[in-house]
Amino acid sequence: MFEVFTRLADWTTYDVLALDHGTKLADAVNFFTEDTTKIFVLLVSIVFVMGLFRTMLSPEKVRGYMEGRSHGAGYVLAVILGAVTPFCSCSSVPLFIGFLEGGIPVGVTMAFLITSPLVNEVAVAILGSIMGWKMTAIYVATGMAVGVLGGLLIDRFHMERHVEDYVWKIRMGVAAGQDIDNSLRGRVDYAWGEVREIVGRIWLYVIVGIGIGAALHGYVPQELFARYASADNPFAVPVAVLMGLPLYSNATGIIPVAEALIAKGVPIGTVIAFMMSVVAISPPEFIMLRKVLKPPMLVFFAVFLTIAFIAVGYLLNALFL
Amino acid sequence: MKSFKVLGSGCKNCVNTAKLIEEKAKALGVEVQIEKVTDMAAILGYGVMSTPGVVMDGKVIHAGGVPTPDKVAGWLRD
Repeated sequence: MFEVFTRLADWTTYDVLALDHGTKLADAVNFFTEDTTKIFVLLVSIVFVMGLFRTMLSPEKVRGYMEGRSHGAGYVLAVILGAVTPFCSCSSVPLFIGFLEGGIPVGVTMAFLITSPLVNEVAVAILGSIMGWKMTAIYVATGMAVGVLGGLLIDRFHMERHVEDYVWKIRMGVAAGQDIDNSLRGRVDYAWGEVREIVGRIWLYVIVGIGIGAALHGYVPQELFARYASADNPFAVPVAVLMGLPLYSNATGIIPVAEALIAKGVPIGTVIAFMMSVVAISPPEFIMLRKVLKPPMLVFFAVFLTIAFIAVGYLLNALFL
Repeated sequence: MKSFKVLGSGCKNCVNTAKLIEEKAKALGVEVQIEKVTDMAAILGYGVMSTPGVVMDGKVIHAGGVPTPDKVAGWLRD
């Protein structure tokens, strides 16, 4: 089903541009063409179809589902709903306050906030089609596990005392129901709206990610990775995670980079740890969360994620070699 | 005259939403008053968690993203 993109890339590289097989430029161009076409076609179709069925959940609905759940069910629900609820990271703060106001524990709320950027249905579909379902299953399972564990620890250490005081005073109003147009026309309009919104938000990350992936693929020799990033080097995982911290990309944008790294023989644990570090932690997100979290909890959050991703890297490398 | 409030933390999408309403209003010749609400207590007071949200004449009519130009035109024509 995806061969068409390979053929298109081969045709562009070797026929239209008449590049020679095996040259660095040809490899990079081939990678770039195949991934750009494949990822954007997948991205637009998945978002459109999901929009058509209105399966996209809004944070307001999720809050309703999670109110009054027991802790255990709350965590499981939080990471699953976190995976399928798209929200712009600029909504993290009102979402955090809204969840707490609904009586949802801080740990469960944080589990939702950790999982949401890491795992989402679009990234899962693209990851599956590019890297295979085994790697995708591992990525999803570890991403959700990190979310649950982070939430549990935040509750265990009573981190709610490190939430800014004003947050507890905010009272949430009841939004009047918006009119929903459920006709076919209404659904199509809504789905196109979703496509424009989501693709508009992430296209640049995806292009940059594919560009980096293509450059790695074409120009960086395999020996370099074999020397520095193999599983024999115990520092490879922590270095990968630390390098990922200041970088930020959307989960979809990092996939082509991961694809190129895997192809160069970098072990799966190291690659997944790097992906998670890039996607889940970024300076802007922290500046935003500072509005609701006091410094001790923010530091705990950063340190926990760093350690968790390093642990994920070592664990997967040990399991899959 | 219609009064609009754009709810959001001041992110790019919120600015774009306010600009879109302003432009559409001008194009349609409707007189509007637009206010940006960035105070979290006020935003949540409207029951909105996903920003940007739009309030028209005191009622929440949109939340969670930049509205489509058609949708905005619809609000202005009502």
